[in-house]
Amino acid sequence: MRLTLRIWRQTGPDEPGAMTTYEVDGISEDMSFLEMLDHLNEELILGGDEPVAFDQDCREGICGACGMVINGQAHGPERTTTCQLHMRHFNDGDTIDIEPWRASAFPVVKDLVVDRSAFDRIISSGGFISAPTGSAPDAHATPVPKAAADLAFENAECIGCGACVAACPNGSAMLFTSAKVVHLNVLPQGAPERESRVLDMVGTMDAEGFGGCTNTGECATACPKGIPLPTIAAMNREYLRATVKGGKRRTG
Amino acid sequence: MALATRTPRPPSLIGSVWRSTVGKKTIMAVSGLIMLGYLVSHLFGNLKVFFGADDFNGYAHWLRTIGEPILHHGWFLWIVRPVLLAAVILHGVTAYQLSRRDLAARPQKYAHQRKEQSYATRTMRWGGVILTLFIIWHILDLTTLTVNERAEEGHPYENLVASFSTWYGNTIYITAMIAVGLHIRHGLWSAAQTLGVASARRTRALKIASNGLALVMSCGFISIPVSVMLGLVD
Repeated sequence: MRLTLRIWRQTGPDEPGAMTTYEVDGISEDMSFLEMLDHLNEELILGGDEPVAFDQDCREGICGACGMVINGQAHGPERTTTCQLHMRHFNDGDTIDIEPWRASAFPVVKDLVVDRSAFDRIISSGGFISAPTGSAPDAHATPVPKAAADLAFENAECIGCGACVAACPNGSAMLFTSAKVVHLNVLPQGAPERESRVLDMVGTMDAEGFGGCTNTGECATACPKGIPLPTIAAMNREYLRATVKGGKRRTG
Repeated sequence: MALATRTPRPPSLIGSVWRSTVGKKTIMAVSGLIMLGYLVSHLFGNLKVFFGADDFNGYAHWLRTIGEPILHHGWFLWIVRPVLLAAVILHGVTAYQLSRRDLAARPQKYAHQRKEQSYATRTMRWGGVILTLFIIWHILDLTTLTVNERAEEGHPYENLVASFSTWYGNTIYITAMIAVGLHIRHGLWSAAQTLGVASARRTRALKIASNGLALVMSCGFISIPVSVMLGLVD
């Protein structure tokens, strides 16, 4: 396959960036999108140019490291991560636009790499349970209803890639935050911190400069793990419940 | 050393709701539902125009007698009005603040633009501006009668017909009623989502309800100027 790539190039956080056009040839339809970029980078390096910087790690679709906006869609045209997107979903001769996640809370570090540590700060403000350390408890020590386990698992699938923020016209992190809140709040292990968790995580989310939810549904469409839109409603319900109950924040 | 046992005073409930985006959206949802509730009863009352001048004017008069003899003549309306005004102001202020935040959170647009979202979703902000301007016009036209062609106090039926006999009266009204339908279409579903009523099982029903109510409201209100134009109401 022969492709024309228009890629966002930016040398540093405070440098101006621009879309730059590259022609690549010899692309196999069995290559993943990242392998296609590896191919481009090899050519760039051989030609003495700076390779395109992008985040990646497991290349199995489970770590959440990779992510770029391909033709205006986070992770491209398929419901999967960029590393699991294959070139057979494109045609010979296509022009492909590749841009970094765009959100003020995700500043560009270089080229297609953005700083997603705002997500880490949301997690560290409440996305955990306070359990005593020691030997592992018996598996049946805390009974978990099947429905709660299923719901928790559905939300635990979130890999924190940031596609929801990239797809949202408001750069909102509601889908990410709600997946993390709901995951722990429906489990008995998460119950002791149920109120402070949602208040703290929403508070941090706001402080990080993410936008609000206007229910456009773009996030749930882009999510490679299929976190559904009603998850946001579930977090809103938790938030209102915690507020009415006079829940206290641990931080802030 | 003694442990510090004093904790700082926790923020007030209203303060924390006002400072959080989720809290602000709750205010938007509740104020929106108050306005929607009013609008439904307003449409019910307005449709009495099809039963003639006596029915319609009698209904308008009855509105002023609600609560008598405990309430004085017209007091009921003066109780409703501040509630509605507060709802409009809170809805508008929170919408403005949230919109500014949303725009700031995505300062750079994508070079590759996709057409996204439904028309109703994309037009919520401008729709809200149109509706605010319409409310001002509507009050000046049919409540205070400042800009009404006939402006005869106590004769709302005749004033209504006079307003809908002008091209600008019809144009403004029909435009606004299309905007109100679009606003309800996305707004009612959004309110359900914000208040945590929505769930995977209820999504379909809520969307149908929002679209259905939006259609009923738009068509119901628009039927009045259309009937005046067709001469069914005069």
